[in-house]
Formats: sequence, structure tokens, C-alpha cells
Amino acid sequence: MSFFKPKGSFIDNLPRIYGLYTGGFVLFIALMAVLEQFGLGADTIGILFVAFTIFIYALIGWLSRTMQIDAYYVAGRQVPPVFNGMATGADWMSGASFVAMAGGIYMGGHAYLAFVVGWTGGYVLVGTLMAPYLRKFGCYTVPDFIGTRYGGNFARLCGVLVLVIASFTYVTAQINATGTIASRALQIPFEVGVWFGLLGILLCSMLGGMRAVTWTQVAQYIVLIIAYLVPVIWMSNKQGFGIIPQLVYGDAVARIGELEVLHQVGVLKPAAAVAGVSALTVKHAASGDSVISAIRFVTLVACMMLGTASLPHILMRYFTTPSVRDARRSVAWSLFFIFLLYFTAPALATFTKLQVLDPNLATSIIGKSIADVNALEWIQKWSNVGFLKIIDSNGDGILQINEFFMRGDIVVLATPEIAGLPYVISGLVAAGGMAAAMSTADGLLLAIANALSHDLYYKMIDPKADVRHRLIVARVLLVGIGAAGAVVASFRLTTILGAVAWAFDFAMSGLFFPLVLGVWWKRANRPGAIAGMLIGLGVGTWYLYMVRWGGMTPWLGIDHLRFGIIGAGASLIAMVAVSLMTKEPDAETQAMVDELRIPKGETILGSTH
Amino acid sequence: MSTANTQKAHWERTRRLMIIHLTIWFIFSFVVHWFAPQLNKISFMYFPLGFYMAAQGSLVVFVVQLFLFAKQQEKIDRDCGMAEDE
Repeated sequence: MSFFKPKGSFIDNLPRIYGLYTGGFVLFIALMAVLEQFGLGADTIGILFVAFTIFIYALIGWLSRTMQIDAYYVAGRQVPPVFNGMATGADWMSGASFVAMAGGIYMGGHAYLAFVVGWTGGYVLVGTLMAPYLRKFGCYTVPDFIGTRYGGNFARLCGVLVLVIASFTYVTAQINATGTIASRALQIPFEVGVWFGLLGILLCSMLGGMRAVTWTQVAQYIVLIIAYLVPVIWMSNKQGFGIIPQLVYGDAVARIGELEVLHQVGVLKPAAAVAGVSALTVKHAASGDSVISAIRFVTLVACMMLGTASLPHILMRYFTTPSVRDARRSVAWSLFFIFLLYFTAPALATFTKLQVLDPNLATSIIGKSIADVNALEWIQKWSNVGFLKIIDSNGDGILQINEFFMRGDIVVLATPEIAGLPYVISGLVAAGGMAAAMSTADGLLLAIANALSHDLYYKMIDPKADVRHRLIVARVLLVGIGAAGAVVASFRLTTILGAVAWAFDFAMSGLFFPLVLGVWWKRANRPGAIAGMLIGLGVGTWYLYMVRWGGMTPWLGIDHLRFGIIGAGASLIAMVAVSLMTKEPDAETQAMVDELRIPKGETILGSTH
Repeated sequence: MSTANTQKAHWERTRRLMIIHLTIWFIFSFVVHWFAPQLNKISFMYFPLGFYMAAQGSLVVFVVQLFLFAKQQEKIDRDCGMAEDE
């Protein structure tokens, strides 16, 4: 198969290739649906879905293998904007977005929507402030920009440090998610699942670097978006809300409002807390009236947005487009593809809640007899693994809202079962969750390994290393970091979502202002940038430690999920103050910034550097 | 006009566009959600408006805004002769 050999024609053929791929995947789903009718078991369907999709990704990874430096680091800078948008979508939407977001909205209501707003609006910052300028710069990695714009190995090293801390925090959460899904779908222990997931991740990225990751991420996006949309559309159709449920679920939100009164949501509190699971006590659409709840909403939004614009695995996706103009367009496409999932998540949460609460629906459980509810297959299945619990605390044999405990994370995975959809949909959702977690893990691992191999090894330790050598180092680092991530993930230190939020906070604390001001403020200089990175990271980490473990009361509701506000604030003050106190950058650097600001002309760093 | 002057004009327009877009971004990221309790009293397509803005409204604004931004910036680049070759 001379799939990837003639470069020009491969790019020209992309719509056809991915069209065929999508058709093939739909056929596979249809085949599974037919086999289910012939009695194929749920477990086998799950295994086939996960194994088949991973096999395809690995195949793409192998076909995209390369020994060229710019193909390995920036996919040869020939990824068209729409496809780069899809790849960014997969890179971006992690296990947390796919698995946990709808569940978070289900349990947390309006307050949780701060994640939805933050994780989309961040792209406005990426598009207006950063992506086109970094593309013009022509860097391979984010520290490459820091190191060249501000000059000096120490600034570069600080960039690498922040990148590694933020991305590593994030990648352990993703490997954790792949392990969770793999262990459930393939019926293997979690610890084995983690290593299995890692193997899949490395197969996609090791041989072809950014080029392989790009083309697998496009494939993963297609799987994950189909897997997310199909159950919601199916369910809404069943409930009579039509085939574009996102537009019409206002009725369902209103109905939940009535049911909340009926079931006394927020009035009935659980008799005792149960570890790991919780009862629904928050209203769906209502928002807190206090100033502090408004502050908590906007600070979380701000953290997720500034974090988005500082996370290197996202920024480096825009290094791969053919031009500055395409980088800009690609940001818009990225957000469009991300939007498709994010505006569906609240709809999914709403429909699932309705299934559980509405006594008019056959699937409802609240208000039913506990004996009947306990007989349901999905209740038994998820209780067995400890993700769900029913306690008849008032002993009346009827399930009240405060007697039903569950982990929000299961909403997406369990929804097909709750709504009584065929097993094939559950298998599809597992494959989608796997795609989401794997694609993000790939992007993150590559960001870390590339920074270490390019910035630390090549630029600082051995500038004379030849291409072959550099690419071997990059691959060895990739495997090493992946293994370290898997080891940390198997300890399960934090929840998936907690680790994700911290990654954003670390990234914004150390990188947001050095990156933005590097483009938008000519006066920003090396000492200022170094102070910005180190003080931002230091103060942010200190605040995290104090509110999480040190017993400090958070200021104005800025808790451990939002420590980036403190870190980035310190970073801005330090960077501006130190820059103004020290000498302005030399004429050469200022000319470089001028050059950076216009799309026309050659990139600032050569195409192979 | 000399190159230095066009370059200056180009950056001036680029900066103005950025400020306009970030102002819109700021309103739909923060201001709207600050007033969620008040907006929730208004019903929009049967949604409480505060909930709707966080679940969908702001997101739509961001997507539309980014496509618009790309178009506008491309025009600025072309007008000032700073665009890349097609």
C-alpha cells in the first residue's frame, strides 16, 4: 500500500482517505449490531470495539513512520487547517472531557458549566494572541520560542521545566483513563490496563512523531465524536426531542426543574456520606446567588482559558500548518470540532437525568421500589465495581433521591445501559473514551519528549548531534516518560479531573505571560521572562500546597483547582517589574519581534534547526 | 509609504482587532456568567437564559468570533501587503 509515499497526493487525498475510514468505521458498527442480534455477548462486543480501533491507530502510526526531522517534530508543516482542527480536537478532548464532563454537569449543575465555557473560550486567546505568531516563528517546541525570543539557555530551561510539570501532571491522568477503560472493556486488572493503554499510545507516536500523531488524532477524533453523538441523538429521539437534541432540550431542563420539586432535590440530604460516590443534591439549572459563587465561576473559567492558551501540546499543533493564515483558520476549526462535543455534554447530562428522575419514563428509578431497582442489570453491574450504591436510609423500601449514590464519572459510560440502548452502543462509547484518552496522552507525551530531546539534549547538551541521533534520543525519551507516567498512574494519586485542572493551573502560572508578552510587548526581556516563569510557578505551587495540604483558608474561594489565578498573577507582576528594572532587549531581538508580527516572509527559525 | 510605516499601520490595525475581539470574549466569558442568577429569570427557547449561556450561548459566540477574526485579520494582512503568497 503506497498510502503515505507520494506526499502531495496524500495531502490531496485526505478527504477521500478519511471518508473511506469513516465509512469503514460505520460499517464496523453495523456489523457489530448485526452480530449482537445473532447473540454475540456484550463483553465480546466491547473487546472487539476497543481492539479494532487500537489496531487501526497503530497501523496509521506505523504507516507514518519517519526519519526526517521536520516530519518528526512538526509533521512536515503540511497539515491542512480543517484536518489540523480535527487533530487538535482529539488532542484537546481528553478522557476527562469525554468521560467525566457530562457526569460533572449531572452532579454539579450550573457551577460545573464553568469547565464548558473555559475549555472553549480559551481558543479565542490561542487564536488572537498566540497561534499565528508561534507559527511564524517556526519553532519545533514551545521552549524553542522562549529560548530564542528571550535568548539564553537558562530561559529555555525554565520553559522546559514548566512544560514538563504541567504536561506530566496531565499525562498521568490520561494514562489513568486509558487504563480504566481498557481494564473494563478487556476485563483485565487496572494495573495491566494501564500498561496496555500505554502500549497503544506509544504505537501511535513512537515511529512517526508528530506526523504519526497528527494522522492518528484525526482518526481518533472521528471515532470519539461519533461515539459521543450517537447515544445522545438516539436517546433524545426515543424521548421525542428530535434529532438535534442540543437545540431543543430546554423543555427537558424545565421538566427537570419540576421533578426536582417533586423529588425534593437539594432538600433531602443523604443520611451519611459514602466514600467515592455521592447523592444528587444540586439543582440542575439554578446558579448560586452569592457573590462568592459568581467569583468561583469566573475564576474557574479564567483558569481553564489561560491554561488552554499555555498548554504546549495544544500550541504545538499549530506549528504543523502550511502557513500563518492556515494556523489562524485552524484555530477556528479546532474550536468548531470541540464545540460539537461540548455543547452536547449538557444535553447528555440533562437527558440522562430525565431518564433517572421522570416517573413517566420506564427507565426511571427514583420513587420506585428498591427491590425493583436492585434487579436492574446496570444497577448491579456498576454496584459491583463500587461506582454506585443504594442505601435505604429511611427503611421505607422506596428509593429517594438522597438514597441513590453514584460516581459522576459513570454517566457517559452507563447512559446507553440506563436508557436501554443495545450493547453495540456501549462498545462504541468505550472505543470513543479510549480514543479521547489515547489521543491526548499521545500529544502530551510527544510535547514532553520533544522538549527534552530538542531543547534540553540538542540545544543545550549536544548541539552537534546529527539528525539520526536526535531522533533516537527523542524516541527513547518518549518510551521512558510514558513508562514513568504509567507507573505514577498506577498509584492513582488523584482523580482524573483534579489532575487535569492542576495541569492547566501549572501551565498558566509559568507560561501564559512569558508567551503572550513575548509577542505583544517588545520591552519584555530575558530577566523578566525568567522571573515570570519561576516566580509564577513557585508562587502557584506554594498556594496549591497551602490550600490543599497546608490548612490555609482559600482567598475569595480560590481553591486548589484555581491556583493558577494566584500563580499567573504573580507571574505577570514579576515579569513586568523585572523587565522594566533591567535593560531593554537589544536591537536584534526587537527586529525579530517586528518580523514575528507579520505573516509575510520566511519563518524566523529555519525549516530544519 | 515606506515599509516601516506600513508595518506600523499593520500592527496598529492588528492590535485594534485583537482588542475588539478580546472585549467580546471578556463579556461572554465573564460578565454574562456573573449575572447568571438574574438571567435565569428570563426564558430563552424554554431554557433559563443564564444556564443557556453557559451551556451553549457563549460557545456559539466563541466559534463564530474565531472564524470572523481569521477573515478580518486576513483582510488586514492583504491590505497592508503583509499577507503570505497564496
